[in-house]
Amino acid sequence: MEEKLIVCNELQKQFGKLTALNGVNLTVGRGKIVGLLGPNGSGKTTLIKLLCGLLQPTEGEVLIDGQAPGPYTKSIISYLPDRMYFADWMTANDLMDFFEDFYEDFERQRAESMCAALGIRMSARIKTLSKGTKEKLQLVLVMSRDAQLYLLDEPIAGVDPAARDFILDTILSNYNENGTVLISTHLISDVEKVLDEVIFLKKGEIVRQDTVDHIRETEGKSVDALFREVFRTVSYGEYAPHQRAWDATADAPDKLEQPETANDDEGGEAQ
Amino acid sequence: MEWVIESNRPIWLQLQEQLTLRIIAGEYPMGSRLPSVRDLATEAGVNPNTMQRALSTMEGSGLVVTNRTAGRFVTEDKEKLNAIRRELACNCIQEYLQGMQTLGYSEEEAKRLLLEG
Repeated sequence: MEEKLIVCNELQKQFGKLTALNGVNLTVGRGKIVGLLGPNGSGKTTLIKLLCGLLQPTEGEVLIDGQAPGPYTKSIISYLPDRMYFADWMTANDLMDFFEDFYEDFERQRAESMCAALGIRMSARIKTLSKGTKEKLQLVLVMSRDAQLYLLDEPIAGVDPAARDFILDTILSNYNENGTVLISTHLISDVEKVLDEVIFLKKGEIVRQDTVDHIRETEGKSVDALFREVFRTVSYGEYAPHQRAWDATADAPDKLEQPETANDDEGGEAQ
Repeated sequence: MEWVIESNRPIWLQLQEQLTLRIIAGEYPMGSRLPSVRDLATEAGVNPNTMQRALSTMEGSGLVVTNRTAGRFVTEDKEKLNAIRRELACNCIQEYLQGMQTLGYSEEEAKRLLLEG
């Protein structure tokens, strides 16, 4: 068992002319909960897919527990994709049969007790579940494996705040000391407390990798606040004054027109 | 007692403060066994490594003791606990005086008002 669970050397990924990842060097150890943070389109999902072996790097290499992505690494990685990939005619029970067949390290009992805690019926078809419940079910399955590396792509984006807490609790209580959890998200304030380390990804490059408490100690602010600073987009107000004036005049007629049309529509429906 | 994590200071430091407060307040009595790191971390909703760090520093200061086989215990050293309680009391007094100063009271006036209740 290698001490370094994830190693990326000069990793590059191109989609045609678009560079999604550019020269990423990364080392992640074991027993950590790591946040992969970056705005939309910064390369988070691409990096996760490269770690899973779902994408091939254009250049550079990925090593998971010392090995290139393949059958071995897939057996030790538990991956939560950013979208649902189950057939929706299946039931939670069917899915567990599948997981039990596919993965040696799947703990069915753990999955069933988590489903019970969340009030997910085992006989319910996936298509009858709400979006949030689907996501919870997916996470339950992924976290019920005794994997070494959990790759969670946006696990909390689509669920309500109470479920978010449950999901974070699930992550905290299910990962093991040899395992590492990599969570990609842009909802930082929600996950900050459970993270050891954060990786800031900006336009396909790693701009910072640090521990949460070191950031708080040296910067005197939360990771969330630092993120807002690093990824701040320039607002309209900060352009040249003449441009602002132009914006104001351009905006005005719109604002007057919209309520009128809205009222008309409502009136029409009422009749 | 609820766990409250502020956003601008290191998390382990806040955990250490709140654990200390719980011990002084008797929520974890003298000589009692503390919950496991994982349980404490889940309860506070924080990373177990961060909770571990808070507990290790408390071990360093002697407030908790580790028994290799049985886990972590609150110290039985009564003097140590009293000293820490005294220290925390001083902080409260300082805060009170500062607050009163902001309101325009002198230290003497602040003392008198406190006695009058």
